[in-house]
Amino acid sequence: MDFLGVLNSTIGFVLDPVTFAFSLAALGLALHFGFAGLLNMGMAAFMALGAYGYAIGILTFGLPWYLAALLGPLAAVIFAIILGVPTLRLRGDYLAIVTIAAAEIMRLLFLTTTFGPVTGSADGLSGHNSATFWAANPIAEGQYDFGPFRGTELDWWVRLVGFGILCVAVVVVWLLVNSPWGRVLKGIREDEDALRSLGKNVFAFKMQALIIGGILGSLGGLVLAMGQNVNPNQYVTSITFYIWTALLLGGAATVFGPLAGSIIFWTIQAFIGLLMPALASEGLLFGLSSIQAAQIKFILVGLALVLIVVFRPQGIFGNKKELTFVK
Amino acid sequence: MSSNPASPTPVKSTGMHVGTIRAGVAKKDPILIADGVRRQFGGLVAVDVEHVEIPRNAITALIGPNGAGKTTFFNLLTGFDQPNEGKWSFNGKSLAGVSAYKVARMGLIRTFQLTKALSLLSVMDNMKLGSPDQKGEKLWASFFPVLWKKKEIEIETQALNLLKRFNLDTKQSEYAASLSGGQRKLLEMARALMSKPELVMLDEPMAGVNPALTQSLLEHILNLKSAGMTVLFVEHDMHMVRHIADWVIVMAEGKVVAEGPPGEVMKNPAVIDAYLGSHQEIDLGTITGRISIPKSGKEK
Repeated sequence: MDFLGVLNSTIGFVLDPVTFAFSLAALGLALHFGFAGLLNMGMAAFMALGAYGYAIGILTFGLPWYLAALLGPLAAVIFAIILGVPTLRLRGDYLAIVTIAAAEIMRLLFLTTTFGPVTGSADGLSGHNSATFWAANPIAEGQYDFGPFRGTELDWWVRLVGFGILCVAVVVVWLLVNSPWGRVLKGIREDEDALRSLGKNVFAFKMQALIIGGILGSLGGLVLAMGQNVNPNQYVTSITFYIWTALLLGGAATVFGPLAGSIIFWTIQAFIGLLMPALASEGLLFGLSSIQAAQIKFILVGLALVLIVVFRPQGIFGNKKELTFVK
Repeated sequence: MSSNPASPTPVKSTGMHVGTIRAGVAKKDPILIADGVRRQFGGLVAVDVEHVEIPRNAITALIGPNGAGKTTFFNLLTGFDQPNEGKWSFNGKSLAGVSAYKVARMGLIRTFQLTKALSLLSVMDNMKLGSPDQKGEKLWASFFPVLWKKKEIEIETQALNLLKRFNLDTKQSEYAASLSGGQRKLLEMARALMSKPELVMLDEPMAGVNPALTQSLLEHILNLKSAGMTVLFVEHDMHMVRHIADWVIVMAEGKVVAEGPPGEVMKNPAVIDAYLGSHQEIDLGTITGRISIPKSGKEK
C-alpha cells in the first residue's frame, strides 16, 4: 500500500478550491449561528445560488466572469430577504425549518427540466470556466508543483482567486464581529428581548447577519463552480451538514475556527476516503470492496460530528470558559 | 451600601394628583397616560385599564395579586405586546403600534421579572450595549473603527462609573453568566441606566435578592429619582413599597382598583381584600419560629 502517496494527496487538499469553498460557507454560517444565533440549515441553497449565478451569468447572459461572479451574491441577498422577512420575527427553530425546506426547493428548481435550457437540469452546467475565467489567467502555461501541492496554471489560478476571496471575507468578518455591530449581534444571540428593551432594532440586525452570511455562502458556491462543473447533486442537504460539522469542529463563535474546521474536516475526509479503499484493496477491511470502503468516510464523518458535540462543544478555537455556563 | 451606613430617609413627593384620590385620578404632570387599554388572550381579559397616569419624577409602585396583569401591563406599555384596544402615550406621544425598540429609544427603558443578563457576554459588553448612540452599531460604520473608537472610550468610562456605583466594577471582564442572581439584577438595572432614560420600569427588582442587597438596590432606586428620572416598579415586598414609593397603583384582575400615597392606599379595604389580606399586620415570623436578633440600638 502506498501510504506516503495517500498522505501526499491528503495534504494537497489543504489548498484545494473545495476547502476554500467550504471555509467561506462555514464562515457565513459562523456569522449566522455563532454570532447571531440564527439556525440556518439551508447553506447549500446559498452555495447553489453562488455557483449557478456565476455559471448562468456566463453561459446564458454572456457576461465576463467577474460580473457573473456578482450575480450569485446578488441572488443570495434576495434569497436571504425572502427567507428572513417571514421567519426572523419568529423563534429561532422556525428559521431552521424554513431554511432546510427552502434549500430543497432551490435544489429542485435547479434540477427540474422546466428550466433545462438555462440550468442544464440534471446534467448541470459546464464549460462556463473555459469561456472567460481561464482566459483571464495571468499565470503562464505549464505544470507547477510545490511538494504535495501540484497543478496546472489553471488549477493555481482557481486557487489564487479562491484564496483571495477567502482572505477578503476573513478580514470583513473579523472587522464586523469585533465592532459594536458584532456586539449587538452577540447580544441578540443571548437574548433578543433584552436587546429590544435597550432600543436595538433586532429584526434589522438579524436580517443584516442573514444577508452577509448568505453572501459568504454564495461566494463558497462561486469558488466551487470556478474549479469544476456545476451540478444540482452537489448542493444537497448533506453539504449543509458538512459545513455544520466543519463549523462546530473549529468553533462556532470564532473567525478562524470555521477556516481551521474546514481544512481539518476536508483533509480528514479526503484522508479516510483515500485510505479506506487502499486498505480494502490490500484485503485488510474484512472483504469490503474498494467502492464499499470509500463510503465508510460518511459513517466516520457522522461519528466525528457526534463526538465533537459531546466532548468539545465549543470547538477547537472556541473559548473554553463559555462552556462552563452552557445552559 | 457599606460606605454609607446611615440609610437616608427618602424624601416623598406629595400632592401629585388633581382632585380627590381614586382609581384613575389625573396627575398634575403625568409622564405616561394609559386610556382604555385592554388586552385579551382568547376569553381571558388580562388587562383592562380604564385610565391611569404615572406622575413624573416620582417613584410609583404597581402592586397586586399574582395574575393581576401587572407584567402584561408592563409589556403593553413598553411595546413588547400590543393591546386589543386603547390609547397610551409617553410624554404626550402616542405609543400605539410603536415597536419595543423604538419605545426604548424614546427614553422608556424596562427590566424584566426574569433577569435578562446576556450570559456569554462580559459584564462590560452588557453595559456597552445599553448605550443608545454608538455609531459603530451601524453595519457600514463597523468597518471604520475611526468613526466609533472615540465614542467607545466615552461609553466605557460611563459604564465603569455606573458599575462602580453598583459594586460590579471588579467583575467587568467576567461573563455575565458568572454573576449571582442578585448581581444580575444589579447589572440589568445598571445597563438600563446607560441610555439615561426618562422613565425606568422595573419588574420585581427585589425578587430573590438578599436583605443587604435590597438595601443598596433601594438606594439606587431613590438615586434615580433624585437624578430626575421617573420610576415605575412592580413589587410584592410591602415594606419596600411603603419605604420608597411616592404613589401606589393597585391592580386586581386586570383593572386598576385603587391608587394613592402608600400609607393611605394600604388602608383601603378593597386593597386589603384583594391583595394584602386582613392579617398583614401580624408578623408571621413569630409563628414560623424566626430567631430574634438582639437590637443594635440603631433600629427604628
